Amino acid sequence: MKKSAFSKIYIFLIFAFLYVPILIICVYSFNASNSTGVMTGLSVKWYAELFKDKVTLHACYNTIILAITSAVTATVLGTLAAIGIDKMKKGWRRSMLMTVTDIPMMNPEIVTGVSMMLLFVFIGAFLKINGVLGFWTLFIAHVTFSLPYVILNIMPKLKQIDPHLAEAAQDLGCTPAKAYWKVILPAIKPGIVSGFIMGFTLSLDDFIISYFVSGPKFQTLPIRIYSMTKKRVTPDMYALSTIIFVVILVMLIIINLSDLKGDSKKRKKGAE
Amino acid sequence: MNKKSTFYQKLCASPHILWSAIFIIVPLLMVAYYSFTDANGSFTMENIYRLTDYTDTFLRSLWYGIIATLICLVMAYPIAYFISQSKARAQTTMIMLVMIPMWMNFLIRTYAWMNILEDSGVINKMLSFLHLPNLHMINTPSAVILGMVYNFLPYMILPIYSVLTKLDRSLVEAAQDLGANKFNVFLKVIFPMSVSGIVSGITMVFVPSVSTFYISQKLGGGTFALIGDIIEMQFQVSNNFNFGAALSLVLMVLILICMAFMNKFSDTEDAGGGMVV
Amino acid sequence: MKNNPVVIDLKNISVSFGDNQILNNLNLYIRDKEFITLLGPSGCGKTTTLRVIAGFLEPDSGDVLFSGKKVNGVPPHKRQVNTVFQRYALFPNLNVYENIAFGLRLKKMKDSDIRDKVKEMLALVNLKGFERRAVDSLSGGQQQRVAIARALAVDPKVLLLDEPLGALDLKLRKDMQVELKNIQQRLGITFIYVTHDQEEALSMSDTVVVMDGGDIQQIGTPEDIYNEPKNAFVADFIGESNILDGTMLADFKCEFSGAQFECLDKGFATGEAVDVVVRPEDVDIVPVEKGMLTGVVTSVTFKGVHFEIIVDIGGFKWMIQTTDYEAVGNKIGLFIEPDAIHIMKKSKYSGMFGDYSSFSDEIEHLSDIVEEE
Repeated sequence: MKKSAFSKIYIFLIFAFLYVPILIICVYSFNASNSTGVMTGLSVKWYAELFKDKVTLHACYNTIILAITSAVTATVLGTLAAIGIDKMKKGWRRSMLMTVTDIPMMNPEIVTGVSMMLLFVFIGAFLKINGVLGFWTLFIAHVTFSLPYVILNIMPKLKQIDPHLAEAAQDLGCTPAKAYWKVILPAIKPGIVSGFIMGFTLSLDDFIISYFVSGPKFQTLPIRIYSMTKKRVTPDMYALSTIIFVVILVMLIIINLSDLKGDSKKRKKGAE
Repeated sequence: MNKKSTFYQKLCASPHILWSAIFIIVPLLMVAYYSFTDANGSFTMENIYRLTDYTDTFLRSLWYGIIATLICLVMAYPIAYFISQSKARAQTTMIMLVMIPMWMNFLIRTYAWMNILEDSGVINKMLSFLHLPNLHMINTPSAVILGMVYNFLPYMILPIYSVLTKLDRSLVEAAQDLGANKFNVFLKVIFPMSVSGIVSGITMVFVPSVSTFYISQKLGGGTFALIGDIIEMQFQVSNNFNFGAALSLVLMVLILICMAFMNKFSDTEDAGGGMVV
Repeated sequence: MKNNPVVIDLKNISVSFGDNQILNNLNLYIRDKEFITLLGPSGCGKTTTLRVIAGFLEPDSGDVLFSGKKVNGVPPHKRQVNTVFQRYALFPNLNVYENIAFGLRLKKMKDSDIRDKVKEMLALVNLKGFERRAVDSLSGGQQQRVAIARALAVDPKVLLLDEPLGALDLKLRKDMQVELKNIQQRLGITFIYVTHDQEEALSMSDTVVVMDGGDIQQIGTPEDIYNEPKNAFVADFIGESNILDGTMLADFKCEFSGAQFECLDKGFATGEAVDVVVRPEDVDIVPVEKGMLTGVVTSVTFKGVHFEIIVDIGGFKWMIQTTDYEAVGNKIGLFIEPDAIHIMKKSKYSGMFGDYSSFSDEIEHLSDIVEEE
């Protein structure tokens, strides 16, 4: 179908709508003036300022630690769960388990956040722990909301596998466990990897749920940003946002390029 | 497969089942428990009665959520369609461009709009520069809805796009072959087949819109509250967990009803599409 | 072959899934170096039998013996048999070389030995130079060869093949049939082959086992199975057959279609009701006055080598294959030699097969496709 001028203009307008606010932030991050409104000249002083801000830097560190640990845990739990669910017979047990698994994905984040907060606070009061909210509560929450995404990424891969693949491996001398390790896991690896990436980025980005289950002892970057935007903001926020934006952009471009490369490699092989 | 190894494989799900029970089911039960108890833990209906004070807030949240969702749908459908009609290479690039803003933290995205809409913000600066009268935009319902649309628009574009791009080209050709013009092809083939994408898009925009609190704080300036704001306040400011739990419970039930309604609607939509043809 | 030792012995094997009885007290032994085919329609239990031998399925009752030793409960990876799977089940994450080397690596073989063995296997299946190829870049036939090479690489005593040619097109299938038979003879190992294609079974096997409904219907050489079917099911499943209700009048004398015939069968009671099989190619067309039976031609189909003629004889439709053309409506006589008549005892299949009154090529063809498991 021919692309009309209208469609081109429309696409341009939507992308303008999506990107103008981001560009404005980037521009202001290089503002020499103290005020967020007036542009007086270019400078990188807000970036320098940002790197002096110990609290923010520490929040960055926390966020990455949390994202890695929770994503790894969710990937392990989720992969096992997907294998188990895949073997379950269709029926009410299976569909109920799937429904429960999907709850954190379907429920409003604020409800997930407060429900977990209530649980943690309750347990804290029960065990008489002061300030129960911290790394572990964040960790549990992040694993919980990442799990459905991991499972969702792996289940279809399991369904696609030739049902005789594991048998073929056993036939050639693998124990059942080894057959999984050598054959099934490699076959579902793409699903596991994308599940992990999703869990990782969701954890990096999450604010609402973290907001309810975190305490003053352990701050993540989104929570730090929230507390910064509560007051009148200095442009080091913009600097931080620009850095995040550039990092994401570079990451996505790298992933995309390697995807394209992989695709063309595969095509070449097929053409041989 | 051996019965024994099937059993071991099923066993793999048990850590997840345990995890889900403790960290999904129990917390939801806690919400219900807190809703019907007071600070001392004894049973009360007080929290439920008090909800009626916030009927306006609930209605406002639903209303804003519905409007934001509809605007997203109207904006997203054409672009999803146009992208799905582009060359494969251009499609990947454009979809990546749709996704990138999603990867920016939504706090920052919302904050950016605050700077744009403020009385001394970017737009008004430009208007002054052009010697035009300034506009008051921040702290209005429109600003809040704009914030919702901006933040959640990609969630509408992506599911619609993914349905449209999987659409079998030969269906369109078959319709044309049978005498349908472009408009009819869209109305009778493309649109009915993209309903599932629209439904998941609506879900993905409506749920966070209805329950948001940050957007209304930043772009609404606290002049009017949404249900998310009230819930947040109970937990973070006034420490009234019981009432907060009751509010959350009702929010959850409301959204569930909306989703059930939505699914029903989409089913009849499918059937209706069949009937028209 | 007849004196070779028994390598696999199945004794009273029963398997059921829920209420569904898949194998019904099955007994079967397989000799060394034998090419044995389990033949039957889908759901007859042939693949289940194979899975019991491979160890993927434990029978509810009965024993599996390998060279006289009971192997019930021995897991697949410890059994000296290997399988070529229906859809090949090649490991998509490994290339051709690694697929074939898979079992060898598990045996902790030396790298240099593995290299030699893989090379030998690739030569055996005519895939020299394919070592580094990704398996998903291969054609169906090539994947099939890799699957065979992979299973043979670990030197199995017995190779199990589960409809290995089912996914290939006709021409390729014929070529592979010859090749498989050659490989089997060259390596001198036992092949247990599962198929629903009777032609494949007849042309490749030393022994054919015809199965239906979880029971073995007949075991024999391809010639036995074709010439001396035990019941109406076997007669119908293997080739075309006219199956008629008949009566034994005495030894070597029978009656069907209202006429008396000489035959080569004996040992039935006088007056015993029997099923009579007459193969379409064994009927000669003669002038009406010379015919033992007479009928009217109702349809003629050109088949290349011969014509397929349906003849109405007293309301029963016969199929006759002949090189002589007869027009529809012609009245013809039929002549049947004594050795063309085969007498079978009545069975539960009596009356179900062997009448061509509703015959159509198309239906036959469709049922072939549906038979995929």
